[in-house]
Amino acid sequence: MRAVITVIGKDNVGILAKVSSVCTKYNANVIEVTQSVLQDMFAMIMLADISSLNDDFVKLADEMTALGDELKLSIHTMHEDIFNSMHKI
Amino acid sequence: MLNAYDILETIRMIQDECLDIRTITMGISLLDCIDSDIDKACDKVYNKIVSKAKNLVKTGEQIEKEYGIPIINKRISVTPIAMISAACDKKDPVRFALTLQKAADQCGVNFIGGYSALVQKGFSAGDLELINSIPEALSRTSNICSSVNVGSTRTGINMDAVALMGKIVKESAIVTADRDCIGPAKLVVFCNAVEDNPFMAGAFHGVGEPDCVINVGVSGPGVVRSAVSKYPDADISQIADVIKKTAFKITRMGQLVGSRASEMLGVPFGIVDLSLAPTPAVGDSVAYILEELGLETCGIHGTTAALALLNDAVKKGGVMASSHIGGLSGAFIPVSEDAGMIAAAESGVLQLDKLEAMTAVCSVGLDMIVIPGETEPSTISAIIADEACIGMVNNKTTAVRVIPAIGKKEGDVLEFGGLLGSGPVMKIHSGSAAKFISRGGRLPAPMHSVKK
Repeated sequence: MRAVITVIGKDNVGILAKVSSVCTKYNANVIEVTQSVLQDMFAMIMLADISSLNDDFVKLADEMTALGDELKLSIHTMHEDIFNSMHKI
Repeated sequence: MLNAYDILETIRMIQDECLDIRTITMGISLLDCIDSDIDKACDKVYNKIVSKAKNLVKTGEQIEKEYGIPIINKRISVTPIAMISAACDKKDPVRFALTLQKAADQCGVNFIGGYSALVQKGFSAGDLELINSIPEALSRTSNICSSVNVGSTRTGINMDAVALMGKIVKESAIVTADRDCIGPAKLVVFCNAVEDNPFMAGAFHGVGEPDCVINVGVSGPGVVRSAVSKYPDADISQIADVIKKTAFKITRMGQLVGSRASEMLGVPFGIVDLSLAPTPAVGDSVAYILEELGLETCGIHGTTAALALLNDAVKKGGVMASSHIGGLSGAFIPVSEDAGMIAAAESGVLQLDKLEAMTAVCSVGLDMIVIPGETEPSTISAIIADEACIGMVNNKTTAVRVIPAIGKKEGDVLEFGGLLGSGPVMKIHSGSAAKFISRGGRLPAPMHSVKK
């Protein structure tokens, strides 16, 4: 089971570190990260293994959303199934 | 393997184009709640609904978080109450409406549908009492929806029921006149009603359905419009393909959410209703899709063709995406719930006659249309008869949900707020059909009803 965490917004110091530390807190293992900075816009897609989370996935998603609000970024944490079912036959 | 483009496309659909799951609806059979003692029957109804649906809202909210997709409504549909109340010694169907309201409050759902009667061929025990109680039931509850099936392709149309429903619609408006005539906004008159519809106000749990089932209704007019806008010079065949691909993606999401909900609740998964259901929010309008296809305003000549194209492509795209398709499946055209339709109606371009033509090619019928408050009940019945005939002859579901705006005239506006939106009072034809409607009887079924 994997989750996709996307972060979009104005570039800032320590975004990757803060997002990763939430993952660590919930024992979500970061598998892959792609990120790009275009002018001052930051876009990151992170794939994390959530099969051995130490708490509810919903709480992780809530904490990521709260982090997004705090950093004025848009952070979405979604189960990978939604992308697989929408884009693959 | 996931790719970045797909991920960002999904997020854009949800964030910018109002993609959502419109409803998870739990269908619950009440046939085992029948009792000759009305108190016992009501207790059984309440207990069954609450025991089956106690986790429905919580489960919906959890799925929203897991997949990051909004689920706007969590609803319940039940066996047509006329069948349950018929067995009671005391004929007081409103008691069941109040019980359903109590269950809705307890479960936290948005609506319970099924204060219904199926009278396409005639009235059986309990049907007339229930129909006559609809205005009171709608006025004394806030989350209960009612529907009456007055005709079908197989049976023809029960014109006595059509005549009665004109009066019931009008009376429902009169008794809720102090609340923007909200009564008839929760009342649908069907021809060829379906048994697994997850959408309100017409949802009920058919007798052929399992004891408890999860049905899902998807939505996404904004996504379709945005997809179409990327192909300004494509021909109609190409546009149909674009819509099909988009509908496929939307429906897959419905299938995923429905299977997950069914797994979490331990209830079988019924169907996905492949519908484009608009909301009054900007960017969530079916009319805007038609305008994106190249119509200056929804309602002009060409609207019926554009809607037929849209409806067909939505169905074809969605069919492969889901294991079972059901409900109404197609584009909805509720006037007051669609920003583009409201604008087109206010400007006078979109008129009732065009809407009637549109219902011949899309999935529902004359939906959320505000008519002058002084409209005669026989005229409302005539509107119902016309619409039911379109459904009967074309072998499709049609419905009428018109709201007589008590004390208002053509050009005024009725505000419901929320998902029900607001609608201008539309012009209807003058002249009386009272004689035709008062004849009663049954309108014969078409030739193809004998195809067996």
